[in-house]
Amino acid sequence: MDPRYRLRRGMDQGMTLVCFLCTLLVLTPLVLVLTFLAQTGLSALNWDFFTKLPGAAGEPGGGMANAITGTLILIGLAGCLGIPIGVLGGTFLSEYPQTQVSRISRFAADVMNGIPSIVMGLFAYVLIVLPLRHFSALAGGVALGVMLIPTVMRTTEEVVRLVPQSVREAALALGIPQWKTTLRVVLPTATAGIVTGIMIALARIAGETAPLLFTAFGNRFWNRSILQPIAALPLQIFAYAISPFDDWHRQAWAGALVLVAIVLVVNVGARYATSRQVRLR
Amino acid sequence: MPKQLEVRDVETHAPTLVGANTAVQTDDLHAWFDQLHALRGITLNVPERQVTAIIGPSGCGKSTFLRCLNRMHELVPSARVSGTVRVHDQDIYAPGIDPVLVRRRVGMVFQKPNPFPTMNIYDNVAAGVRLAGERDRRRLDDVVERSLRAAALWEEVKDRLRKPGTSLSGGQQQRLCIARALAVSPEVLLMDEPASALDPAATLRIEELARDLAKEITIVIVTHNMQQAARVSDVTGFFLGGQLVEFGPTNGLFTRPTDKRTEDYITGRFG
Amino acid sequence: MGSPQGGRLVRDTARTGDQWFRLLLAAMAAAVPFVIGTMVVALIAAAWPAILRFGARFLITTTWDPVASQFGVLSFVYGTVVSSALALLIAVPLGLGVSIFLSELVPGWLRTPISFLVELLAAIPSVVIGLWGIFVLVPWVRTTAEPALQASLGFLPLFRGPPLGLGLLTAGLILSVMVVPFVVAVSTAVMRAVPTAQREAAQALGATRWETTRTAVLPYARSGILGAIFLALARALGETMAVTMVIGNVAQIRVSLFAPAYTIPAVIANEFAEATGDLYVAALVYAGLVLLVVTVAMNALARLLVNRVVQGPSFIAE
Repeated sequence: MDPRYRLRRGMDQGMTLVCFLCTLLVLTPLVLVLTFLAQTGLSALNWDFFTKLPGAAGEPGGGMANAITGTLILIGLAGCLGIPIGVLGGTFLSEYPQTQVSRISRFAADVMNGIPSIVMGLFAYVLIVLPLRHFSALAGGVALGVMLIPTVMRTTEEVVRLVPQSVREAALALGIPQWKTTLRVVLPTATAGIVTGIMIALARIAGETAPLLFTAFGNRFWNRSILQPIAALPLQIFAYAISPFDDWHRQAWAGALVLVAIVLVVNVGARYATSRQVRLR
Repeated sequence: MPKQLEVRDVETHAPTLVGANTAVQTDDLHAWFDQLHALRGITLNVPERQVTAIIGPSGCGKSTFLRCLNRMHELVPSARVSGTVRVHDQDIYAPGIDPVLVRRRVGMVFQKPNPFPTMNIYDNVAAGVRLAGERDRRRLDDVVERSLRAAALWEEVKDRLRKPGTSLSGGQQQRLCIARALAVSPEVLLMDEPASALDPAATLRIEELARDLAKEITIVIVTHNMQQAARVSDVTGFFLGGQLVEFGPTNGLFTRPTDKRTEDYITGRFG
Repeated sequence: MGSPQGGRLVRDTARTGDQWFRLLLAAMAAAVPFVIGTMVVALIAAAWPAILRFGARFLITTTWDPVASQFGVLSFVYGTVVSSALALLIAVPLGLGVSIFLSELVPGWLRTPISFLVELLAAIPSVVIGLWGIFVLVPWVRTTAEPALQASLGFLPLFRGPPLGLGLLTAGLILSVMVVPFVVAVSTAVMRAVPTAQREAAQALGATRWETTRTAVLPYARSGILGAIFLALARALGETMAVTMVIGNVAQIRVSLFAPAYTIPAVIANEFAEATGDLYVAALVYAGLVLLVVTVAMNALARLLVNRVVQGPSFIAE
């Protein structure tokens, strides 16, 4: 064989190997984090974790019942704000793609996706906490809800755009007005994709900590009003992780395991749902 | 039926079928997409309760013409139109006209069957009426059954009205789409190559259906298939390069075309 | 069927439903630029006392003394920039390797699972990565990585000092884990947007797969890859929880990567809830405002670069 060609082929194989090793190296932390959580978190999980309030500092026992419900409440609040705006705005981007508003909003949504979550927290603080004069579930919900908007908007845009033009034409040719065509025919056709996008976005904000530090603030007890501080799973994990108590460390691992389990289930489920849809088409 | 006789419209000089009222009348109809001049002055009268076929090579503007008749073409942002289209003497491009209402009177069936993918058979047929605000269950049932019967689909689907529309065969789906269009009681039904995606047997059924429906409503059918035009239509128009070359009773046009270009086309010398 | 002729075509309220609906949707879409604008204005307003008091000096002084009401963020800026630079130094080559693997080399059936796993890495909450950082990465860096670096590269001032585990090096490592999925996602998208014709042109000249990648794909995707790097950098600059948990949180500027440091997001996270006094709060918001402006600018730049490749020639060529 031509020695120069042998060299080139060797280079080709060498670089393939390098790229493969890069891939292994990048996926290593994922494996390490998951095995760490499985080793530490599983043994710390028990019934109390899901049903009890946190114990006093340094004393063993107690759980994260209030933090789990708190996270659910915060996600609910965020959804109330972020989902309608995201879905309707995303519909606009898809149905009127060439307008000036669409161009600007699409770009702005991409930019907003990259704004640090801690800054979202500052924003909600200035907007809600300052005027109301105390930390509240509402402020946490707003911080997370604002983060939801660009993600939901862009995924909605993408799946609504996948609805075939023929479906829109069929409805319009029946003398159905544009707005009803969009609301009653186009959006229902895209529902599965929109819901999948929303689930992934919700799973993402469920793990957000930074925007809650000085909005939802955390609470060692049950929350009684959305105008009062509220506990959240990621806040509790953070507080326990940097505490000096072994039992709290164990609970932080358990909390992290629960959080990651939610994220995994939603992501794998969403992946499964979309692959099924592709097959059905 | 005296469809052999042809005279010219006194007003517009459009070719007109004697013995039939005019359902749709176009006068100097032009259409553009951006710079593309797709229709260059079409003047013709579509006879009421007859099947009118539009034939011509691809790109001749026949689909554009069809879409101008119920203002579907304007869904393309760059589209423009000049001239007039009258549906039963009402100018559908006059100011203040709502295209949505135009489309309720001038229905359309598309090349590929396009049932609503999330709706079952019943909901597909009922969609137009229901979205216009009809809620009465019995009246909806009635409309669905009547439309499916008119589309010759009732016997095949009456036991599975709750199955998805997409579960039907291609030919059945297309008849479902026809039933859906009929449910809003249009005066005119536009069919844009309705059988081009179907097998020969299903094609035949659609053709029979078109003939049947013409007893009640006006049909305009675009086709690239000359045999189909000959089988199904009473009147045929031949389009070329955005212009109407010839328009007349079908048997006359296919046996004794008056224009050399028509003759070339129907004898397969080009296109 | 076939209603008799007639029936009015004019509707008095012609098409108002459509117009209102469109307006409603447009308002929702416009919410995004509106929120960004509001955010900038709100943060400027809240930071105003500190902006008036310190102006640009805020960025170039190191005193952070709440008691004396003296605030300068230079040491936080240093920590942020160095940890982010370290993260990119690790994440960019690795991420590009993965992207080339995914886009050019991998057999088709492996592509989906691998990119799914990379997405999953991005989906793991920051606080969980930080938790792992505290209990696994920090001890490993302290007992294994730092002594080894000191032994081999200790002649460089970068690798001197006591191995603490908590510090810039660990923060850079953990940040690289967090931003590498973004490098991979964006640069893979950019590479896959390179028209097949470009690859075929190189292959027709007898190029191997690697040569095709190097001569046809990478140059074509260059601006998009640059965009991916900016995007990852913006992420790294703003990343809060994981960094806060492993960087040591000491406001100082040291050459050694083993030294603890502090970042802008970390100081906001740690001090904001307990900040007392208007000027203290305003100074923290000012720091956040700096972060906002920098990340918005970087993201905008990154998007422009990426869009040039992904939306530009590829759509025309296909």
